Amino acid sequence: MMIEFTLNGQTVESAAKANTRLLDVLRHEFPLTGVKCGCKEGECGACSVILDGKLVNSCMIALGFVAGGNITTIEGYRETERFAVLDKAYAAVSAVQCGFCIPGMILASECILAKNPNPSEGEIRDGISGNLCRCTGYNAIVEAIHIAAREGKGLW
Amino acid sequence: MEKISQSTKKKDHEEKISGRALYVDDHVMEDMLHGRLLRSVKAKARLVDIILPDLPSGYFVVDKNDVTGVNRVHIVLDDTPVYAEDTVEYVGEPILMVVGPEMKEVERILNAIVVVYEEQEPILDMRAAETVFFHYNYAKGDIETAFKEADRVFVETFQTGYQEQAYLETQGIIAYPHNGRMTVRGSMQCPYYVHGAIAKALGCKNQDVQVVQDVTGGGFGGKEAFPSILACQVAVAAQKANKPVKVIFERREDMEFTSKRHPSISTYKVAVKSGEITAMDIEVLFNSGAYTTLSPVVLQRGLICASGVYRIENLRVTGRAVKTNTVPTGAYRGFGAPQTFFAVEMMMDHIATALGVDSLELKERCMVKQGDATSTSGKYHFHVPLPEMVARIDQLADYRAKRKNYQHQTGRYRKGIGLSIFFHGCGFTGSGERDIIKAVAKLRKNADDTVEVLASNTDIGQGLKTTFCKIVADTLGIPYEQVLIENPDTDRVPDSGPTVASRSLMTVGGLLQRAAVRLKQEWKSGEVQVIEERFVEPDFVIPFNLKEFRGDAYPTYSWSVNAIEVEVDILTATTKILGAWGIFDVGVPIDLNIIQGQMQGGLLQGIGYASMEQMDYNDQGIIRNNSFSDYIIPTAVDVPHLVTEILNNPYTHGPYGAKGAGELPLVGAAPAYVEAVENALSVSIHKIPFTPEDTMRVLQEANQ
Repeated sequence: MMIEFTLNGQTVESAAKANTRLLDVLRHEFPLTGVKCGCKEGECGACSVILDGKLVNSCMIALGFVAGGNITTIEGYRETERFAVLDKAYAAVSAVQCGFCIPGMILASECILAKNPNPSEGEIRDGISGNLCRCTGYNAIVEAIHIAAREGKGLW
Repeated sequence: MEKISQSTKKKDHEEKISGRALYVDDHVMEDMLHGRLLRSVKAKARLVDIILPDLPSGYFVVDKNDVTGVNRVHIVLDDTPVYAEDTVEYVGEPILMVVGPEMKEVERILNAIVVVYEEQEPILDMRAAETVFFHYNYAKGDIETAFKEADRVFVETFQTGYQEQAYLETQGIIAYPHNGRMTVRGSMQCPYYVHGAIAKALGCKNQDVQVVQDVTGGGFGGKEAFPSILACQVAVAAQKANKPVKVIFERREDMEFTSKRHPSISTYKVAVKSGEITAMDIEVLFNSGAYTTLSPVVLQRGLICASGVYRIENLRVTGRAVKTNTVPTGAYRGFGAPQTFFAVEMMMDHIATALGVDSLELKERCMVKQGDATSTSGKYHFHVPLPEMVARIDQLADYRAKRKNYQHQTGRYRKGIGLSIFFHGCGFTGSGERDIIKAVAKLRKNADDTVEVLASNTDIGQGLKTTFCKIVADTLGIPYEQVLIENPDTDRVPDSGPTVASRSLMTVGGLLQRAAVRLKQEWKSGEVQVIEERFVEPDFVIPFNLKEFRGDAYPTYSWSVNAIEVEVDILTATTKILGAWGIFDVGVPIDLNIIQGQMQGGLLQGIGYASMEQMDYNDQGIIRNNSFSDYIIPTAVDVPHLVTEILNNPYTHGPYGAKGAGELPLVGAAPAYVEAVENALSVSIHKIPFTPEDTMRVLQEANQ
């Protein structure tokens, strides 16, 4: 049975089994390699995608669960104005080191700002606490989200 | 701030933030096969028999019999087998690889293989080790007399645990044969290490091997030597298949079976006369695991740091790296130094407490200064900025006042603050740079007047592409955008050495600066020009003699002072980190954002090492903490108040005054953290990690 969902604004379908990891479907079938695999057990957040407005670990979601759902990955999000603001903010403080956590981190940033366009530092840190980064110590990422909140007035 | 320190948009920002950067697992080749390793489940055994199921067409097994060259991975002593021979020496040792087009089928075959072991008694505890892989010692002054004349002698033992690099991208390699050559690509720090290892394992000429670094999702030392091992295994498989073979580790496989920081046990015997430290007699033991890998060099650095930043006239240091039937340990940011710096800083703290003075006061009295001898009778040739760093951290963290206020607390929540003082020797230990590495770097000016950096050093997140290009652009006086750099490909770049030891920017960046000076002089617009520079040891260096363990182990040092403040809840035994401050001297920052990112990331890794990153094996030699659920690394909420500052102390022999940076911030976090916990609880602590379980134990003991 084909499973239909919206992926980065397009209606798509997958013939994979309903219990296949969404992560594997996205990476191998579509193939959206911006979705990173860091642990396959829901701990690191590298495979984060936005499902119906919520940040989820795509390794912990079965394909069947997303039938009729709306998924955004970095490949779709990078085409948005909001991304452009985050891109600039992350660049200004050099918040990108090895880069492996970054697609997930950007989508987490989007979810923080969508919830509250002027988040407190505590809200930012909570919002990225499911996304591990081993390089930066998180300060630069937190700062980047602050900058994006400041510069992206009206977008969120 | 110097002009060069002003931050620039990183060269790799665009491709990484957009998700376009391709890491090794993102590459798919035509006809590519997938491989997975069959690993020993016994810590020590003879392999009696391996019974294979019937293999479907297109699937096969690769083992020691397929190694056409030498079945050893070239690292230092070359004792690590590519694939196990008659015995296995640790749980996880690779025995064979199953290779085929579908991973599911590969896994089914792996599960159907029966290995018959003849078990032998493993040695798991490093204290019970029989084989000493490496043994060094050095001494100065008259230690016997100093102890004879001492008023008091202190003896204490300190232990440090494993630390897993926990880079977000697991290890991965693709190998593919073509036109009689073998190309290997993947996640790595040191393309030429991999290159040498492949040539030896395949038994082919160097020119028949090509190694290309893919975008690498973090290394921290974990991708220094380990990729050489995996690359040999994958290249042997690709040679047999005559097709591309890809192996990507699962997270649990990566945590359990790849190299990590050496656990250590250090015993300090210290003589005190008239309130002053007169001698230290230090014994250091490192658990090397089953094979030697990088242990000799890790041990050397650990021993050089054993007396800390202190002037100890009478000193004896003995160190051993021993074999146990556990996973081989290896390089991890700091490379032996975090272990001994933890021990010496805690020892100083405990002696101060016994003498009734504050730890910082005792430390300040014996801190080295410019012109003093190093532990190995070399010299601190340059300004040592420790006094101003201590003053600044006191200002930032209000250290002295808090330290005093936090003594003898009662109640449920108890605060504490601790401080550490440390250095990191910049570059390779000893004479390695001059005698072994002999780095070569090149600049190639194209006909369109763009300039390309040709060096084998990798950007693994630390920003090397950006800082290399900044140095070249500024020296040439051309726009940053006109300088190009690609991931290293051994067909195109000379061997400028590995990306390790906080050397890349200081040493290879220096070669690039010299090359740029020459290119500027010889610049001919519209023409192709190639400029090459080779490493020359600075003439002030007192040559290091490894046999005598004497001389300048490093040309210069990066310096730091850390303070950490905690609040311990004595009901739940949990510890909250209220603040972490670090002052760092890495010479002139080539890019302030990049250096701040290194300092903050390194400091947080060090806090993880001190407080939560617990990894151990059970009585069968099986690592118990092999996932992010069981091996906890810091998240964004763990240390919200993390403050780093840079002290500008130019190094005359580094490019634009830069020194080594990457490793320094990890080295001193643990003693600062543990001193803080001691300050809160009025106890003495001798181990890291110091977890809530340890706090619980200490509190229970105090109640009895």
